[in-house]
Amino acid sequence: MICEKTKLALQNLFPAPVAEEVPAEDTGEEKDKKAPKQPRLNGLLECDYAVHGYHLDAQVAPDQLLNAVTILDESEFFLESITGVDWIKDNQLEVVYDFCRYDFDLCRVVIRTRVDREKPSVPTITGIFAGANWHERETHEFFGIKFAGHPHLVPLLLPEDADFHPLLKDFKA
Amino acid sequence: MNSPIELQPDETFVLNVGPQHPATHGVLRVKMEMNGEYIVNAETVIGYIHRMHEKMGETKTYPQFLMNLSRMDYLGALGYSHGHVLVVEKAAGIEVPERAEYIRAIMVELNRIASHLFWFGAFVMDLGGFSPLMYALQDREYILDMLEAVTGSRLTYCYFRFGGLYNDIDDEFIAAARSFIPRMRKSLKKYDKLVTGNVIFRKRLEGIAPLSKEMCRKYGASSAVARGSGINFDVRKNEPYSVYPEFDFDVPVFHECDSLARYNVRMAEMEQSLRIIEQGLDKLPDGPIMPAKKPKLIKPPAGDYYQAVETARGSFGIRLVSDGGKIPYRLKLRSPTYSNMHLFDEACRGMMIMDALAFMGSLDLVIPEIDR
Repeated sequence: MICEKTKLALQNLFPAPVAEEVPAEDTGEEKDKKAPKQPRLNGLLECDYAVHGYHLDAQVAPDQLLNAVTILDESEFFLESITGVDWIKDNQLEVVYDFCRYDFDLCRVVIRTRVDREKPSVPTITGIFAGANWHERETHEFFGIKFAGHPHLVPLLLPEDADFHPLLKDFKA
Repeated sequence: MNSPIELQPDETFVLNVGPQHPATHGVLRVKMEMNGEYIVNAETVIGYIHRMHEKMGETKTYPQFLMNLSRMDYLGALGYSHGHVLVVEKAAGIEVPERAEYIRAIMVELNRIASHLFWFGAFVMDLGGFSPLMYALQDREYILDMLEAVTGSRLTYCYFRFGGLYNDIDDEFIAAARSFIPRMRKSLKKYDKLVTGNVIFRKRLEGIAPLSKEMCRKYGASSAVARGSGINFDVRKNEPYSVYPEFDFDVPVFHECDSLARYNVRMAEMEQSLRIIEQGLDKLPDGPIMPAKKPKLIKPPAGDYYQAVETARGSFGIRLVSDGGKIPYRLKLRSPTYSNMHLFDEACRGMMIMDALAFMGSLDLVIPEIDR
């Protein structure tokens, strides 16, 4: 129900909607060969919940991020977490947003966006979800991703003078 | 030299609560801008015991990381281990024997009661009542002895394995668990008589620190913080995992939104955990506790996997990004208290400081779990 609605709303973000069904078993092997060479293109994927643990997976461009998050906010989703992934082979950083609802009509949505590793910057979503504040600060200090417009982007868990980003793959202690 | 310090009516001062303060239950610091006894603004400072579990997750193989999860939350460690083994089993496609799943659920629920008991004692102590802590610890000790006999440790368990368990439970454990249930039910009545009706206790909690549904949603609150605000959200029911669909239990929800509602939710939850343990012991199937075909090397296929579980402190999520290797590419730990604590800054504005400390107690904080 709500998954269908959210899917339709999110699909409007992409000019030529590519909705692919991900087959449960072969994803692994396929990705194994392809993923390292070709980073994933923006688009919406419907995932097998039993395999991956979430229903919808939308990869958006950084300038579409706020639109996508607004759609989820209007459908009463709550923010689980924000995190990053360092795809060093693609020279890209990925920011991952997890959303879920306080409801028995289960729908887990993942929003992700990829930015260039040299100048990583995405807009902040603290204006929509106040709870994103700490999550973005954490992602900033661990990955060096700048959240443009964040009110207080200083280290949270690391010491306040930390100028290193420990979760980058090329980080050497 | 001895000139008196005089504050102007509108002048504020900054008060540092913590990092070493008994009310913060660990090394947590809150910078509070105060106007007399009222909080104008607050900023929580965390990270004093940050250990970077997520980086460790990227450098260790899957089995090597098993013990890290119980170092996150020392009061309800088994819930976190459960999330970890579930996500890896889901990713690598490992079958778990039914008996192992039942024992896991029984253990997690016992651990949940132990965690709630400690919170209960510490919370009442925050409010000035010392003796309930002693009663609570006595009951908790009973659980810890039971868990120790089976798992080998009292707090930082490493009991779950991918596909099953490290050790089967014996008749001694079952007998102890069976006799624990009526004992705990009696204790819950005692706590209710001793604490819940107390006038001083109620005056410090009733109507204090109201959290709206909207605020819980914006911050992603879960556990008793959400359920005390009328949100019927429990991962065990909303997103059933393991053998929880087999059990008949309720999710206590209170609509008052105040600190007392959060207290009531946790007290009612202990009874529900007892029900799960009771049914688990009745239904416990015979059989192996590890799968017949145990994978030698765990190498989940490339992709993203997410698993949420309901721990004693709320919805714990674990995101695993695998590149097909024997070491996770990325392991994100979403700790529930992190989100619950985050709303403190906004919620405590305009509150009196002793109300804020009572509110902090009602959030059930475990600092190592926030800092990871």
